[in-house]
Amino acid sequence: MTYLYSIGEYFLMLKGVFGRMTKGSVLRSLIFKEINDLILGSMGIVAFLSFFIGAVVAIQTALNLNNPLIPKTLVAYAARQSVILEFAPTFISIIMAGKVGSFITSSIGSMRVTEQIDALEVMGINSKNYLIFPKIVAMFTYPFVIAISMFLGIAGAYSAAVFGGFVSSDQFILGLQDDFIPFHLVYAFVKTLLFAFILSTVPAYHGYYMKGGALEVGQAATTSFVWTSVVLIVTNYFVTQLLLS
Amino acid sequence: MIEVENLKKGFKGEQILKGINYTFERGKTNLIIGQSGSGKSVFLKCMLGLFKPEEGTIKYDGKPYSNFSDEEQRELRKDIGMLFQGGALFDSMTVAENVMFPLKMFTKQKKKESMARVREVLDRVNLEGAEDKMPSEISGGMQKRVAIARAIVNEPKYLFCDEPNSGLDPTTATVIDKLIQKITHENQITTVIITHDMNSVLEIGERIAFLKEGLLAWKGTKDEIFQTDDETVTDFVYSSDLFKKVREAQLKGY
Ligand SMILES: Nc1ncnc2c1ncn2[C@@H]1O[C@H](COP(=O)(O)OP(=O)(O)O)[C@@H](O)[C@H]1O
Ligand SMILES: [Mg+2]
Repeated sequence: MTYLYSIGEYFLMLKGVFGRMTKGSVLRSLIFKEINDLILGSMGIVAFLSFFIGAVVAIQTALNLNNPLIPKTLVAYAARQSVILEFAPTFISIIMAGKVGSFITSSIGSMRVTEQIDALEVMGINSKNYLIFPKIVAMFTYPFVIAISMFLGIAGAYSAAVFGGFVSSDQFILGLQDDFIPFHLVYAFVKTLLFAFILSTVPAYHGYYMKGGALEVGQAATTSFVWTSVVLIVTNYFVTQLLLS
Repeated sequence: MIEVENLKKGFKGEQILKGINYTFERGKTNLIIGQSGSGKSVFLKCMLGLFKPEEGTIKYDGKPYSNFSDEEQRELRKDIGMLFQGGALFDSMTVAENVMFPLKMFTKQKKKESMARVREVLDRVNLEGAEDKMPSEISGGMQKRVAIARAIVNEPKYLFCDEPNSGLDPTTATVIDKLIQKITHENQITTVIITHDMNSVLEIGERIAFLKEGLLAWKGTKDEIFQTDDETVTDFVYSSDLFKKVREAQLKGY
């Protein structure tokens, strides 16, 4: 019952977010600020993780290729497929649920407990639009993050495979081009956009409707991470079922 | 002037406000007193429209608030200034940006004009020179003064203060009280102040409403509150030793 209530409340919140708009000039500067905080601020960790995960995938595949009948190009093929299909869009989004998600929950949540949201409402400002809309718009640039993650993941795989002496550079490049299906990229970016929306709105919900004080802000951030991950994984399942099978 | 008629509000079966009738006058400090948990904040939030009351009407200068359209409510909100218990300053903005915020959102003023107005109100609350500080860098008393500046920057007709001096030392608390009173008189604002601080009552209690168990238990002025024999009131007023002594002295005829 309480879950149903929360889901209803979440959609009512979304209705409010797209309700009465905040003054344009104000909104614009808020969006730039969010792009800076949410997107640019995450680039470092995303780049770092992507590179090393790509590298590990390549090494794992190479080490398991003992059969001489299987071509070495498979190392690059496997790295490309896993990075594009899952590691970049899904795995990085889970990381972002921890980083960006808890940041959103705790920043909105602390505004709630210190009555800053009430202050906005008393002034006649649509606080849902003011606080959440710029985050949703900023997250529309999230596909760029994932694109960079894909690129660096494959670069990491290349480095590990070629400099680690598992395959030659030519073999790797050849493998990268093996059986490439462009629709896989469409699939990856469709789900990235959905994930972007989830990453901005689910944590926002947990912050906006939280009750209590400073201690509860921390708890809300944790709960928010759990639920954002759950929603991401479930969405991933349905999108994959829908688009790939 | 704000008239409240038969205001009722509860949460999940528990009735908090059980039918309140009261009129807040213009140009006066109107105090709402009562114990913690007696529903003072709920009362205030009903008047602000942050809570929807189950019954009753609230009239702002004769116009009923519950019947206002969304547009009218928004217009009214521009005439309202609110001082929250903790100040509720936006902690991502500087002092000047906080005070300028209502101007930026609701007026077409140029930045220069707004800044002049911001300086003017900051002067008024004795905070000249603090424009570029962040809320976290200034003391609690200064934060309250910034919050007052933000509440009055758009020249509101109605000012609401929820425990304006909670968490402040007695000297600073008195400064804040006096400041609110001065602004109320000079700008002829209808000011509503929630407090459970008897010092405030003594300082600025021009009109007092005493809230108990969801009802208006007593109303009067600060002179009357120290004269009354009404037990519900005296129990509350003389719960502090200091005021007990004052009372004894009064009764002995000093
Ligand atoms: N949003 C809310 N939901 C449920 N109960 C509330 C809410 N706000 C206040 N209450 C209850 O109303 C009562 C009065 O609270 P309040 O008005 O904050 O008291 P105070 O007089 O100290 O300001 C309390 O028992 C409180 O638990
Ligand atoms: Mg209160």
